[in-house]
Amino acid sequence: MLRIADLVVRWGVATALDGVSLTIGDGEMVALVGPNGAGKSTLVKALAGLVRPVSGTIAVEGRIAYVPEGRQLFSGMSVEDNLSLGAWRGRDRDPGRVYQVLPALAPLARRRAGTLSGGQQQMVAVGRALMADPEILLVDELSLGLAPIVVSELADQLRLLHETRDLAVLLIEQNAQLALDLCSRGYVLENGRIVTSGSSAELQRSEAVRRAYLGGGDKYENHADRPEQGPP
Amino acid sequence: MSALVEYLISGIALGCGFALLASGFVVIFRVTEVINFTQGTLAVIGGFVAYSALTSAGIPQGLAEALGVLAAGGAGLTFGAVAIGKRGTPPLASLVITLGLSVAAYAAEIAIWGDQPISFSALPGDFVLAGAHLLRQYLLVIGVAILALAALGIFFAHTYAGKGMTACADNRFAAQMVGINVRRMGLFAFALGGLLGGLAGVLLIPIQPLSFNSDAESLIAGYWQASYQTVVALGLMLLLMVWQARRRAELA
Repeated sequence: MLRIADLVVRWGVATALDGVSLTIGDGEMVALVGPNGAGKSTLVKALAGLVRPVSGTIAVEGRIAYVPEGRQLFSGMSVEDNLSLGAWRGRDRDPGRVYQVLPALAPLARRRAGTLSGGQQQMVAVGRALMADPEILLVDELSLGLAPIVVSELADQLRLLHETRDLAVLLIEQNAQLALDLCSRGYVLENGRIVTSGSSAELQRSEAVRRAYLGGGDKYENHADRPEQGPP
Repeated sequence: MSALVEYLISGIALGCGFALLASGFVVIFRVTEVINFTQGTLAVIGGFVAYSALTSAGIPQGLAEALGVLAAGGAGLTFGAVAIGKRGTPPLASLVITLGLSVAAYAAEIAIWGDQPISFSALPGDFVLAGAHLLRQYLLVIGVAILALAALGIFFAHTYAGKGMTACADNRFAAQMVGINVRRMGLFAFALGGLLGGLAGVLLIPIQPLSFNSDAESLIAGYWQASYQTVVALGLMLLLMVWQARRRAELA
């Protein structure tokens, strides 16, 4: 469904991705975790065609839609317009079908996206991606800047979408615990290279991953200290 | 009283023409973040092409003006292709390209139309308002400007393509992520800016004769006769625009 092989991307002289290979099967939910600057965002940009790789291949079967890092909504436009623009390359621009799966968005239809809370904005970003009727959803930093309770609600919704619509998901996260909880398997990206991969259980047990990303203690601890963005 | 009314109406008409010109400027800036220095040139091209169609080809005035507007739209698209056609051109570089194009256009305009002011006759007839005799052309300018700006408003707020352009202005990155071709939208904005500039040109040329360098003067709202004030004002504005564009480039 999505197969990336030996992808190399450079920004000038700096190598951002150095031979990255990963695959996602039909309806599979896969995590890509790694610290800041590992090359996660570069990978998203390469997938979206915004940067040209030096070498390597990206093969996509089916439509791919993005939930970009930091939501990236059209903040001056209404929720409804944000959603309908998600169908830019498709035909059906009626946001009604997204309200069916994300009913919390329906009452917000006429609100300006920039006035919503961080969690609501993230939901709009997911809804906008769903408007493209994707077979693969690429979610970049779902949890960033959101309160833990909001993150777990969004995570539940994402899991539901994955299960009910057979949607393949690539979840790119700094919050490794969250990503490995949600996904069945994952990859760890570090300095532009995949350093380890395997089932989520294996990765969670792996000493290197635990030490580097998970810390100890509370489930969403990594992000608990970050304030929620936007008005409540 | 009649003098006041005359100044008022002619001033409003002139202002409406400038509003059309400026709206093209804004459309292009919003979508591409490029300050288009060819905007005034587009009005000149619109007016001049209409003049040639009218006087040399003998085409009826309305049609000649429509041709002028279309020519300006084509010129806008061409300028846009040069300024933003290459992938990844920073807005500041595009700004400088448009500045160069506007100067190059002087040479072309002088070669084709000469360096003397050009005009053609206004809509025939006049009307009387509060004792003042006024050209019907003023009403035409005001009416067309209101219609064009209303149509522009409807286009951006209520059509899917218009919303796509607004989306590019709102968040370029997100627009790319949903699959909008922002460069193509930018070219479309340049063409639209050209049409609006051309419309301003053909509407204003009967009231205010245009010459090749009217563009620089039109940029600073209203001095059609060059004077040292306009040069100083233009210089200041240039500096401000370059500074602003640099700041934007750094933020991006």
